[in-house]
Amino acid sequence: MTNEEKYNQVFITCFKVDAAELSSLAYGSVPAWNSVGQMVLVEELEKAFDIEVEMEDILDIRSYAQGKVVLKKYGVKI
Amino acid sequence: MFEQIERFQDRLAVIESEHRFYSYRDLVTVGNSFVRDIPTRSLLFFVGTNTFESFACYTAAVRKRVVLAMIPPTIEKALFDHLLEVYKPYGLFLPAERDDLAWGERLTGRQRCSIYLCPDDIHAQLHDDLALILSTSGSTGSPKLVRLSEKNIRSNTEAIIQYLGIGEDDRAITTMPMTYSYGLSIINTHLCSGATVIACEAPLMDRLFWTMLKEEKATTFGGVPFHYEILKKLRFARTDTPTLKYLTQAGGHLSKELTKEFHEICAQKGIRFIVMYGQTEATARMSYLPYLSAPKKLGSIGVPIPGGHFSLEGTSGETIEEAEQPGELVYRGENVSMGYAESPADLARGDDNKGVLRTGDMARRDTDGFYYIVGRKKRFLKIFGNRVNLGDLEEFLKEIGVDAACAGRDDLVRVFMTDQDRMDDARAFLSQRTHIHPSAFDIVYLPTIPRNDSGKILYSKLPETGR
Repeated sequence: MTNEEKYNQVFITCFKVDAAELSSLAYGSVPAWNSVGQMVLVEELEKAFDIEVEMEDILDIRSYAQGKVVLKKYGVKI
Repeated sequence: MFEQIERFQDRLAVIESEHRFYSYRDLVTVGNSFVRDIPTRSLLFFVGTNTFESFACYTAAVRKRVVLAMIPPTIEKALFDHLLEVYKPYGLFLPAERDDLAWGERLTGRQRCSIYLCPDDIHAQLHDDLALILSTSGSTGSPKLVRLSEKNIRSNTEAIIQYLGIGEDDRAITTMPMTYSYGLSIINTHLCSGATVIACEAPLMDRLFWTMLKEEKATTFGGVPFHYEILKKLRFARTDTPTLKYLTQAGGHLSKELTKEFHEICAQKGIRFIVMYGQTEATARMSYLPYLSAPKKLGSIGVPIPGGHFSLEGTSGETIEEAEQPGELVYRGENVSMGYAESPADLARGDDNKGVLRTGDMARRDTDGFYYIVGRKKRFLKIFGNRVNLGDLEEFLKEIGVDAACAGRDDLVRVFMTDQDRMDDARAFLSQRTHIHPSAFDIVYLPTIPRNDSGKILYSKLPETGR
């Protein structure tokens, strides 16, 4: 699986959305992406890419697109 | 309550985002203008948020002895309309974002809130001692309403101020809705002490919360177990929080591991971490674990608050005197609510509880007099701060034809079911029905659900598997 596929899969599983919805996905845009959803999302991303995300960066993952920028800091190219 | 807050005058009462400051003088002036046309001893539906306007209206209404029914801002319109129809309040306080709930004529307000006068001219009779109505978060469609007197609130507020040592220089940042008993107790204790409330509508997962905490120099906040899960995830240990003096935890049982971890993290950061125990039925607080005892008493809910008293009751109603013997935890104190309200007629009822609350929790006491919760008499779990009745969940699942047995611990429901094909359905349905995030439901497959001859589920025979 490519990094992009892994990345997409995390969002699809966490928020129960279709691949087509991913690009517009953001905090609050679906009911499941709330505080709890955010926590689950970060945990799943950390597992998928074997990284540990710092607080500042966790708070920055506010959309599908922003998440990619954050992961880049951890050497994950998507 | 709050009769004396005028004396704090120019002290800072509330700080909002973008450095908006409000003095106690502002709080009193604006609050009084809001309730000017709401008569003493009338019922106001109060949809409060963590904003200056809500605090102003709340304190002014309590001072004027208006009875407030505290309604969470997340309430569904259908349920709100139902409550309107049943309880026929005199008026409403609504934040601008919930103007969809409006009913009647707009009396006054500001840009961010409105006060409405309802058209009904028949109103429920209110008992003279009734001051506040709080709802306990339930898993069923109709939350339980708890009736509180002014004596209840005053007594609990004073006890909390005393054991936490809250003073004028404290600054509490909000983390919970003010319509929730724990969130409200933080507002009450700080505004009665001339301290400052940093009114933050953003959750812990939002950068704004941390910006406000730092810039406005918060000294404390409270959290339910879920908040501590988030704090752990956010690597609170490595966060720079120089102004925090103490944190409190209540609203459900925090696992022993997390309790230990936060005691250590907080000790390193020079923050006192204080575990507490309570229920809305006791206004908010019943016990706390004194900070200095904490390392030796991990997992304990501590000792009763000043003025409160615990006892343990055995199955035949006898009082258990020996240490380490489990029994139902019974609390006595002036903060024990008057009772529940299930209909408008109940608002005229006096004190049903007479200062005695059977908590429904099973507990034991150690030889030093510290209490430990060992289980629940009824089958309730706290999920992300919401009280969830496991029996209700089983009933809900029957609605979609799923036979299941529900068990688990706080923040995790285990749903045992025999239909492998419907496990995802069950999770989605429970989440939708209870408004609880799907991750709280661990669905476990079982070939058969263990039952006794009369068909009752044998919960003790359920496997200890899963997360």
